[in-house]
Amino acid sequence: MISARKLVIAGAALIAVAAMTGCGEKEQVVVYHQGKYQGKPDTKPWENDPGASLYTPSKWKAGDKSGWETALKSRNQNQNEYTRAE
Amino acid sequence: MARMKFICDAERCIECNGCVTACKQENEVPWGVNRRRVVTINDGVPGEKSISVACMHCSDAPCMAVCPVDCFYRTEEGVVLHDKDMCIGCGYCFYACPFGAPQFPQAGAFGMRGKMDKCTFCAGGPEKDNSKEEFAKYGSNRLAQGKLPACAEMCSTKALLGGDGDVIADIFRNRALKRGKGSEVWGWGTAYGKPDNPQQQAPKGAKS
Repeated sequence: MISARKLVIAGAALIAVAAMTGCGEKEQVVVYHQGKYQGKPDTKPWENDPGASLYTPSKWKAGDKSGWETALKSRNQNQNEYTRAE
Repeated sequence: MARMKFICDAERCIECNGCVTACKQENEVPWGVNRRRVVTINDGVPGEKSISVACMHCSDAPCMAVCPVDCFYRTEEGVVLHDKDMCIGCGYCFYACPFGAPQFPQAGAFGMRGKMDKCTFCAGGPEKDNSKEEFAKYGSNRLAQGKLPACAEMCSTKALLGGDGDVIADIFRNRALKRGKGSEVWGWGTAYGKPDNPQQQAPKGAKS
């Protein structure tokens, strides 16, 4: 037979455990989950001819990624006046 | 091709707002929407610093994460773009963005918030490249023409650099190493030559 003392101890332990759960810390930093793009597919910039515009100095053929990259690299260096001045 | 990035050199930016104007003109951005703006710290105080801010095309973009309709995508060149046909104008991206890049036209009745508009790195959007539809919704697609963003290319002092992150980082590093400090930051000695005798003092009683 369970003595009254044991019952009191068990009850006290239960109350202590219940009280201690309040001390636990939950992660409060929001962890974002990237969604998957649901919109229309986009074409790559090198998939088209640069166009017959008068002001388009770069020329590459449609789908020529390396040609497009070369055009952009030379354009990038125009921003470096140290190489332009020397 | 590495990621496309912007860098703004605070030592060079003269707050001319040329980048803002270039962006407005190139993309025909509507009234009330500024894809790019110049921010000045300690305005009017000697030593004030200005930088030009727009979408930073974050590698881990918070706008993409919070969008409830998932209308954002990142291109192979690391440019963060969105589909305006899907945008519901909720404004979550505006609250999530640390740079205030997403903008909302408010020309409608009762201050109605329109679809989000932001810097596209002059890369258009998910429409046919250089088409009328693309220009109307997103502005110019200069990347598809082999050009860089208009703001960076138009910058008069070349404070704003835009393009392949590795390349512009090299340009910036080279500049920071070469320009030295003091008046050389502005290129005074390069432009006007160095004084013959830097230790020379002004004669006493002379007026400057």
